[in-house]
Amino acid sequence: MTSIGTGYDLSNSVFSPDGRNFQVEYATKAVENGGTAIGIRCKDGVVLAMEKLVTSRLMKKDANKRIATVDRNIGVVSAGLVPDGRHFVSRARDEASSWRSTYKAPIPVASLANRMGSYVQAFTLYSSVRPFGITAIVGGFDAETEVDVDGAVGSGPKVGSGGKTQGVKEGGPYLYMIEPSGLYWGYYGAATGKGRQAAKAELEKLNLDPKKGDTISLEEGVKEAARIIYVAHEDSKDKEFELEMTWISAVSGPTKGRHEDVPKELKDEAERLAKKALEGDDEMEE
Amino acid sequence: MNHFPVGWGRPRDDVYGAYNPSYLPQSHGGTQANPITHTQSPIVTGTSVLAIKYKDGVVIAADNLASYGSLARFTDVKRLKQFNRKAVVGFGGDVSDMQYLDRLLNSLDVEENYGGDAPAESGPHMSAKNLHAYLSKVMYKRRSDFNPLWNAMLVAGLDESDKPFLAYADLLGTTYSSPSLATGFGAHLAQPIMRRAVPNEAASRELSKEQAVECIKECMKVLFYRDARSMPVYSIAVIDGKGVDLKEDEKLENQSWAFAEQIRGYGTQTV
Repeated sequence: MTSIGTGYDLSNSVFSPDGRNFQVEYATKAVENGGTAIGIRCKDGVVLAMEKLVTSRLMKKDANKRIATVDRNIGVVSAGLVPDGRHFVSRARDEASSWRSTYKAPIPVASLANRMGSYVQAFTLYSSVRPFGITAIVGGFDAETEVDVDGAVGSGPKVGSGGKTQGVKEGGPYLYMIEPSGLYWGYYGAATGKGRQAAKAELEKLNLDPKKGDTISLEEGVKEAARIIYVAHEDSKDKEFELEMTWISAVSGPTKGRHEDVPKELKDEAERLAKKALEGDDEMEE
Repeated sequence: MNHFPVGWGRPRDDVYGAYNPSYLPQSHGGTQANPITHTQSPIVTGTSVLAIKYKDGVVIAADNLASYGSLARFTDVKRLKQFNRKAVVGFGGDVSDMQYLDRLLNSLDVEENYGGDAPAESGPHMSAKNLHAYLSKVMYKRRSDFNPLWNAMLVAGLDESDKPFLAYADLLGTTYSSPSLATGFGAHLAQPIMRRAVPNEAASRELSKEQAVECIKECMKVLFYRDARSMPVYSIAVIDGKGVDLKEDEKLENQSWAFAEQIRGYGTQTV
């Protein structure tokens, strides 16, 4: 941070002579202090997980959720300033619902990421606003089966003009990460927040690239996600945290195409395995 | 004598004053952006919806026909819409208004689920009773704007304490509830038959699911015999504690048109 005090960090919309926007870089600092958030794109769905740091013993357990539902099939988790995350989610919900009222169908995850990317980027352009202090992970499942237009009542022609092309594969699990600059990429596994380095190292060990053979299943993804959050928490062990975890499968899968909390039994099992894996590591070190 | 044909057959300016065009659109010298118009009658319509409460839940049915006037125009129109695990809405009346309401209920359901899952023990956020209250207020608001949604609906499902719930709402904002209900022609043709099975709430608490389904199927058959805007393929849903069981391609069974011989008063017969 040699450029601090040179005056180029006082306003958005002002570049430094070496081509940087310092306000955006400071926003990234805010993200790096937040609890770790990860997303894993599995073969048959997406898992989102969050290390929710407990800031007070007076707060109710399992309340104050940090992973939000945007449309039936899309979830968002963010690391960084919580209120900025809330505003991001609120905008994402507006985008999803306005997409539905225009196109009478759910918004594809890619389109939502695109629109939210543009929205976040706009906050780097003006001196009257500050950039988002969050990095958001957007996960969702676009239906692979044919979806009726919202409000459709019949099935329409089976052949001929206005008929259907058979055997077209579309949809599937999608995962995007949007940074304070508005930059977004699609990922196989995404991590942000305080423990992102450790989390990324763990994600890279997983088999997530479909071009390199069979990728992990959704249920394995849930267990890995829990473990990775526990691993990422190792560096701030003195603080208590709660694991929050949601998932989205295909219509044929366990969540029926919806973004939902991971069921309690599965989550408990994943946490048990995560703790066991960590204990195993500790023993090996000793 | 006024020689301009535009002046013929209308009140004379020198007698009645200049014509007041204020209600017309601006393009015609008026002050309105557009003349305000509202639905005066439905266009593509669905006929009756039937439902009956039994001891554990509700059975609801409607046929799959959308008529264009008296023409049987669309024959695969699903008029029962599942809202969530606890509620189904059956729509009679205008099909485009049904589609509007379906989208409205869809967005309502999406918003209801923003907060994540309701705990398993309390079920989904909204009960059939909540949904009926919401729908009836939408209908009443629209009729008060003189722009009604041209539907008659039955809301079937479970209330917040998981008791069977059944109620009616229509284009006038009217609501009522009963152990058995029917919209449209069904209110005249099917309701008397259903009342034989469930004359009161006590009787509906005794009725089994099989009896309820049987009664509804019998009524659907009677409606197909006598309602000229009906068809023999229908949707039927059973809503109980286990969720919604919706079948959308059922066919009427064991039809007997023997009674048709006895009908007098239509057509060309002489006696």
